[in-house]
Amino acid sequence: MDKGFSPVGLRVLVVDDDPTWLKILEKMLKKCSYEVTTCGLAREALRLLRERKDGYDIVISDVNMPDMDGFKLLEHVGLELDLPVIMMSVDGETKRVMKGVQHGACDYLLKPIRMKELKIIWQHVLRKKLQEVKDIEGCYDGGANWFTGNDETHYLGGGEDVSFGKKRKEFDFEKKLLLQDESDPSSSSSSSKKARVVWSFELHQKFVNAVNQIGCDHKAGPKKILDLMNVPWLTRENVASHLQKYRLYLSRLEKGKELKCYSGGVKNMDSPPKDSEFTSRHQSPGKNNSYAFSGGSYKAESDPKQLAASSVSDPSSDVHTPPPKAKKTRIEFDPPISSSCAFDSLLPWEDVPDPLESKHQILYQSSFLQQQPLLPSQTPFVMEKEMKPSYETCVNADEFLMPQDENSTVILQDLHLCAPPSAMKLQESSSNVTNDTESILRSLNWELPESNHSGFIDTDLDFSWLHNEHFLANTSGNFQNFQFQDYSCSPSLPSELPPHLWFGNDPDEYTLMVDHGLFIS
Amino acid sequence: MQRQVALIKQSLFDQGYLDEQFMELEELQDDANPNFVEEVATLYFKDSARLINNIEQALERGSFDFNRLDNYMHQFKGSSTSIGASKVKTECTMFREYCRAGNAEGCLRTFKQLKKEHATLRKKLEQYFQLARQAGPKEIARRPK
Repeated sequence: MDKGFSPVGLRVLVVDDDPTWLKILEKMLKKCSYEVTTCGLAREALRLLRERKDGYDIVISDVNMPDMDGFKLLEHVGLELDLPVIMMSVDGETKRVMKGVQHGACDYLLKPIRMKELKIIWQHVLRKKLQEVKDIEGCYDGGANWFTGNDETHYLGGGEDVSFGKKRKEFDFEKKLLLQDESDPSSSSSSSKKARVVWSFELHQKFVNAVNQIGCDHKAGPKKILDLMNVPWLTRENVASHLQKYRLYLSRLEKGKELKCYSGGVKNMDSPPKDSEFTSRHQSPGKNNSYAFSGGSYKAESDPKQLAASSVSDPSSDVHTPPPKAKKTRIEFDPPISSSCAFDSLLPWEDVPDPLESKHQILYQSSFLQQQPLLPSQTPFVMEKEMKPSYETCVNADEFLMPQDENSTVILQDLHLCAPPSAMKLQESSSNVTNDTESILRSLNWELPESNHSGFIDTDLDFSWLHNEHFLANTSGNFQNFQFQDYSCSPSLPSELPPHLWFGNDPDEYTLMVDHGLFIS
Repeated sequence: MQRQVALIKQSLFDQGYLDEQFMELEELQDDANPNFVEEVATLYFKDSARLINNIEQALERGSFDFNRLDNYMHQFKGSSTSIGASKVKTECTMFREYCRAGNAEGCLRTFKQLKKEHATLRKKLEQYFQLARQAGPKEIARRPK
């Protein structure tokens, strides 16, 4: 059967006060060839995480813990470290799950947890990384206006590589770009790259205090907040972008109760195609192809409009209560990649609240990262999809495809930035894919079951095109090669980092994920 | 002997004491951890005894803090799902229902039942593991048909 695929060496931190479960999960994760660290207390977990900021790829935490609420832990991790967090509980009550979503969990597993669910957690890590890459890509969107004045360009992280396991690879390209920019004195416009602001918990606290001090946070402007915070090295732009995210986070919390589907079109600036991005990114329910993120969208149709419709994989659209607890269901929420796009396009951060308000989505899908037997080929597929949304990052498909490969770690290759050229590159890289990969991927694509994923990919591409005017357009959806961008090196980021990067999930962005139902439970 | 072991295990499933989670645990057992299932079960019983104690004390206090009781039971239920203690789990669910309904009498009754199921399972599993050890490792690895 399908053993599924999981990158070896993925560093997982498991937090659960139940020693029995801790032991079981440890064993299960080890069987997935992950590198496991267990922890019985939330505080201990935070300590471990803070000690080694880059020491873990993903956190799995129980919801009920004696010393700290699992949701609190989730928030901390999301804010400070921006790691994907998966929540677990024996309780699958809707409102709890929703709470998880609101606090930014990327998944919510019901106990008893099955191996197959653990086998696919790497997808969350990948998705998150892709999102970051996307941001970076956005920055390179050659000369798009919105880019100007994005002083908040960031050098991602401290030169950290995206990788699973111990292997690290430098993204020279990114770094070069970054360095170039930094040496440019007139870096205030367009490609200025500054060190990325890491919103540590303390910094965020200051920020929140300042906001609360000012009062109604709609009146709070970045300048005022900045003044109150009294942090010399922080710029107004930094605050502006963080404020935007924070607002989204708040509005998300408020809307937490509703289960609404997004209709799409998250951002004002975004044209419908954007939606497609979402969809394309999302997971499709259950069925094999539900890896919907990519689900089916690869069917190379290029109807941008369709994307909105086809948000096949968009789990968000499929809002429905999870099956009774007796069954194990997964409720998946994942910020669509597109969300980052959306943000990218947002120039004035004031605009943000509006589109978001209209969509509050609860991504809710049973068995998102599915429980189905997964053909090995599907995995690559999924990965492919993930990557797809308009950016040139390509993950080396080989890495992902071949579980048997020694280097199961993701290979990070040079990032090809620049939209138009990258589009080319993509195509080129596609051709670089080994035949195996290619065929597997193709088979994946075409195997997608239903879901009208058609044109997903294209839409995404189109979207990106429309959106950024140059984004990679991979018209044929031949993303066979994935190259992971070393987001850590990425030079300028768009001024607004999608909130979900901060808060984990951004359900708002899920608009697209509407019904196309790759939900398969 | 091996056959006996298999039969015992099968009966545990048939009678609803254990559910598929137990089978999952068996699948996890391998050369690196040849006694994995037994270790997990031991851990479970140790920890659950503690939880039962907590609940007992809370009930004895007579104040019936349903929220707290529900919390304890939630923990206990989570724990019980770990080895697939099916009957125990059922009692947990019932207990929580009573808590939500604020039914003290129901809670007490269910709790008694729960303790009984828990003790029964413990005994049965102890027997099972003992026999299995005697019979040899192969037996444990096999799934009941």
